[in-house]
Amino acid sequence: MSAPVNGYGQTPAPNGGASAPRQTGPVQTYTTTYPAVGYYGAPPQQRNNPTIPSHCMGMSSKAPVTNSGHHVNNYYQNHYHVAPTSSAPPPQRHAAAVPSSAPPPSAHYAQFQQQHPPYATPRAYYGQMAYHASPAQSQQQQPTLLPAPPSGPGAPLYPIISYPSAPGTSQYGTLVSNQTATTPRTIQYSNLQPGSTTTAAMHPGYNVAPSTQMASAVNGQGSTTHQHYDHQASYGGTANGERPPSGTPTTSVHSSPSHHQGTQFGYVANSGTISASGPTAAPSSSSSEDDEDDDEEEEDEEAGGDTSSSTTGSASPAPNSYDSLEEGNYPDSMPPSANMTNQASPYGSYGYPTMQPAYGGGPTPLTDTQASRDLLGPSGYQQYPQPFPSLSQLSAALGGLSGVPELEVEALRPVNLLQERNLLPSKPLQAPEPNLSSELKKVNCSPQTFRCTLTSIPQTQALLNKARLPLGLLLHPFRDLEQLPVITSNTIVRCRYCRTYINPFVTFLDQRRWKCNLCYRVNDVPDEFMYNPVTRSYGEPHKRPEVQNATVEFIASSDYMLRPPQPAVYLFMLDVSHNAVESGYLKYFCESLMENLDKLPGDSRTKVGFLTFDSKVHFYNLQEGLSQPQMLVVTDIDDVFIPSHDSLMVSWKESKELIKDLLTSLPAMFTQSRETHSALGPALQAAFKLMSPTGGRVSVFQTQLPTLGAGLLQSREDPSQRASAKAVQHLGPATDFYKKFALDCSGQQIGVDLFLLSSQYADLASLACVSKYSAGSIFYYPSFHHIHNPAQLEKFQKDLERYLSRKMGFEAVMRIRCTKGLSIHTFHGNFFVRSTDLLSLANVNPDSAFAVQMSIDDSLVDSSLACFQAALLYTSSKGKRRIRVHTLCLPVVNQLSDVYAGADVQAITCLLANMAIDRSVSSSLSDARDALMNAAVDFVSAYKSNVSNLQHSGLVVPAAMRLLPLYILSLLKQRAFRTGMSTRLDERVFAMCEFKTQPLQQLMRMVHPDLYRLDNVSDQGTLHLNDRLVPQPPLLHLSAERLSRDGAFLMDCGSVFYLWVGKCCNEMFIRDVLEYPNYASIPTNMSCIPELKTLLSERVRAFLDWLQDNRAFSCILHVIKDDTSANATFFQHLVEDRPESGSSYCEFLQYIQQQVS
Amino acid sequence: MDAAVCILSLIDCCALIFLAVYFIITLSDLECDYINARACCSKLNKWVIPEMVCQCLSTVLMLVSTHWFIFLLNLPVAAWDIYRYVMVPVGNMGVFDPTEIHNRGQLKSHMKEAMIKLGYHLLCFFIYLYSMILALIND
Repeated sequence: MSAPVNGYGQTPAPNGGASAPRQTGPVQTYTTTYPAVGYYGAPPQQRNNPTIPSHCMGMSSKAPVTNSGHHVNNYYQNHYHVAPTSSAPPPQRHAAAVPSSAPPPSAHYAQFQQQHPPYATPRAYYGQMAYHASPAQSQQQQPTLLPAPPSGPGAPLYPIISYPSAPGTSQYGTLVSNQTATTPRTIQYSNLQPGSTTTAAMHPGYNVAPSTQMASAVNGQGSTTHQHYDHQASYGGTANGERPPSGTPTTSVHSSPSHHQGTQFGYVANSGTISASGPTAAPSSSSSEDDEDDDEEEEDEEAGGDTSSSTTGSASPAPNSYDSLEEGNYPDSMPPSANMTNQASPYGSYGYPTMQPAYGGGPTPLTDTQASRDLLGPSGYQQYPQPFPSLSQLSAALGGLSGVPELEVEALRPVNLLQERNLLPSKPLQAPEPNLSSELKKVNCSPQTFRCTLTSIPQTQALLNKARLPLGLLLHPFRDLEQLPVITSNTIVRCRYCRTYINPFVTFLDQRRWKCNLCYRVNDVPDEFMYNPVTRSYGEPHKRPEVQNATVEFIASSDYMLRPPQPAVYLFMLDVSHNAVESGYLKYFCESLMENLDKLPGDSRTKVGFLTFDSKVHFYNLQEGLSQPQMLVVTDIDDVFIPSHDSLMVSWKESKELIKDLLTSLPAMFTQSRETHSALGPALQAAFKLMSPTGGRVSVFQTQLPTLGAGLLQSREDPSQRASAKAVQHLGPATDFYKKFALDCSGQQIGVDLFLLSSQYADLASLACVSKYSAGSIFYYPSFHHIHNPAQLEKFQKDLERYLSRKMGFEAVMRIRCTKGLSIHTFHGNFFVRSTDLLSLANVNPDSAFAVQMSIDDSLVDSSLACFQAALLYTSSKGKRRIRVHTLCLPVVNQLSDVYAGADVQAITCLLANMAIDRSVSSSLSDARDALMNAAVDFVSAYKSNVSNLQHSGLVVPAAMRLLPLYILSLLKQRAFRTGMSTRLDERVFAMCEFKTQPLQQLMRMVHPDLYRLDNVSDQGTLHLNDRLVPQPPLLHLSAERLSRDGAFLMDCGSVFYLWVGKCCNEMFIRDVLEYPNYASIPTNMSCIPELKTLLSERVRAFLDWLQDNRAFSCILHVIKDDTSANATFFQHLVEDRPESGSSYCEFLQYIQQQVS
Repeated sequence: MDAAVCILSLIDCCALIFLAVYFIITLSDLECDYINARACCSKLNKWVIPEMVCQCLSTVLMLVSTHWFIFLLNLPVAAWDIYRYVMVPVGNMGVFDPTEIHNRGQLKSHMKEAMIKLGYHLLCFFIYLYSMILALIND
């Protein structure tokens, strides 16, 4: 999860980072008493977790950023003026240390100019800032918590785990650093001779950093930690009071039907807590083979499963021993039963803070709810009279027969597209609900995490072919979740044969046996599983959290480790060539990193390193004890080596001052650089060597085409062909260097993220491979310039903020299992497919999604349900091995009409886009466009010939799919696929990369933006979110005819908002919302909405905030005036209109009709 | 002379049979998850060129020794091998690309191809054997 900062004190990462500070030692007790209340109090509606984080970001990007910006200025003024700007590196040929700042060029290993004293102040300032920030953050991040003060800060997102300030992972050494003794080291450096040869120059490097210092020393900040903690706790407490959760309880996986909001809200969790020392035992027993992870990782998984069945016999449940457990779980020494008690904590209630009184009973109500959800039959705890289906009833219901006929009828209603013009629903389209019994629907996986293109799976491949729709899954497995049951258990129960994790859709044949829902084989229920920690009762395996939730997270034992969980390691690779300096990104990067340094997810073992490159590669020695950072330059780019092995990647805690020194001086160091070449390839190789012992994340900032050394690229774009409708060339990589490199990285658990800030062609098609196959992310800022392009700069800053603070998972693998008969045949996304269903993800981040295409190998006649399970095994940034399991269950149908009724048009669009991208790379862009159009034509004709029995003359499609032609037309007009309009090759390739990795919601907004009219927002249909009133203006079709000159319209394109203000827009709106007297006085580059006290302004801002709430990266707002040149960017999103070249929606429909008939 | 050509072709054919079997085994290892895609592809890519050379060699031998029928039998296979090798996109790591082998049923088609080749080479083997014996008797 997110960053524990400096002893957990300071601002946690927004994404669920809330938990970090609260997971420290002292919290445990709270968690026990006030279990996951706050956590589960999360309003169910908000299963789209980004809500809080993003909100939080929104806030922080306003207030704190400006604060710190200000602060930075001070900082520069007061202290930095000393730092000289002349840094012209001396002309050594070989590796040599170069003065990174002022002093005469001959002095090697010169020191940075700053002295310690000036730093004292900023440090203090930082401290303060952290304090200021934390209240705001905790307010933001804990809106779901209950007012009970201790539980507020004490109930983290994943309540079970507590991260002790000195984590138990002994391997990585809880060495307390004695490095202070070696402070005067710098003296050695100054003795170096300028002309020293490579090897000679290196020696000092080796000498300086004694190997003993390599182990990341653990903080000795115990006391500060607690202070911080307390601080936050108190803030958390008040925050809770003030800020009830946002979101409405529309649906909830957990809520049982017999419960109504306002009455008692189920499952208050007990426990929580634990496992302070859990990992201590774990890593030690694992082998540390670095190579061959590939196969063994999986074997681990297998092994883990085996234990689950083997350890069962020894369990002797002792429910009451609960209290003794808080020390942690020692898998071997502790009775299994004891551990089981720990598992319950994630279970919270869905309450609202306002309902808090209902929680008074503590654990008692939990049994009630539990009982009411009994799948197998009556239980002693059942207080609610509601009879729950017994086994036989359940299986009868499984067939999906008890579905909701009305919905199906509505979904199948024939729609004549040529006649019906208002196709859009008034609110953004929701995922269709699978036609399952209400029981199963309730526990099914959230569509935001796991979505299938056909929510009714066709029985046979023949039926699927007949439907002419793609079958596939869209996954967003590492999404920030608001509620996630975390289970700590000795035995993770899995199917003995197919290794499926036990899930809500298995069948319990009797108390001791369960039938796997993927392979249909019968397994034993381990003894340990018989005890239900939630109800603290024995003999209710079907009520365990694993069986009650489609999304659970297990804390994995050492069986799931190949080596001790790796620490969080971050390497930043910065391009410092002339081009980069010119674009000016360095300063903003350094500022952003400095602000977010404390939010980097990690623990005390976290390591950070920096590497810069132009035609040479520069390393930075940040070993603690130095008075200032030292730059080591390697000029031999044909055979890059690491000048110093243990002082380049340094502990983030110990060398914090040095890191800050470096970040302050870095932007100025290269201002004089005249070096235009970029040796990206060699720098990457160096990064690989630096990182391969541990794995981790490499962030590459590149501003131009790599021109030197391995992996050099040539410009392949012909600018005159940008608008050509002919075949677009060069969508694939030009060399396999980056692909091979990425695979090497993937093998060493290194993820590479690429930030391309280029004003010219930089061959993203080749460069992107480095991230594509190492499970990284790609960011692209075309024409980035810090002065000339403020919009890109703002986006860069916002993206960076999210990027640096978002949660991370390391050394991850994901396996996607599906019911026997189904198989995966194509994968889309950034990862390396290691075997038929195993994805290797060196890094996993909460913002990337994946897609897979499925085929039906064997007929599913025998089964009424098809299940899919995605299990993501990863190491959290705190060094815990965790498994997140998502299970999706869908009905199997044998009628074509049922298949169409369950079709998910958005998911289909996304999958089609992914397929088209593959096609355009492997074949050609025009082929891909044809394929997209044919998909629409084929579907319409398939529907016409097979299902529609009405003799319509028009273009008839089922209502569920009525938007497909529109979406496909939108796809064709996307950057990735459009022809005829001038599109840079890099932008096109980037758009394709986005399609492969963006989560569905985000993608759909990019493909088909949401358009709202804002100047007359009314209270009609207002959404009540806690204390907020969010107006809900209706969605408008993307056509100029829906615009009017007297209105103001908001277009939500996913990562950017356009506020289009018409020429005759009423002055009240302009005055009340934009704070300008009239239309003429609105500036052309306005990019924020002032906070005014007027009703209209509040409504508009509430609406914007709400839109912003559930996305990870914060959006940029552009106010566009009707008559400006920016108009074109707005109008090109109006996909229903006819662009310069291309067809309007009507024309497209006519084309389809021609093709069909 | 004729016998020598036949013996050479026979040896060549044996090598090709072994290669085909090796391809099948390695691919099925990948299918069963005993080996990871990276290792599998680097193993197989090593043998793509030798396979191509062997195939071309036997084609040329048949051409030289004027066995027209066998030459025509060999020609399409040799052409396919060359075509396959030449058509690899620049960014790929060879005929077998670890990042794509699991996509779009490539694994299955590679497997099918190896199977067909195995059958074909077996057929060739007996033809060569027959012609060798014939040539030896004629001598």
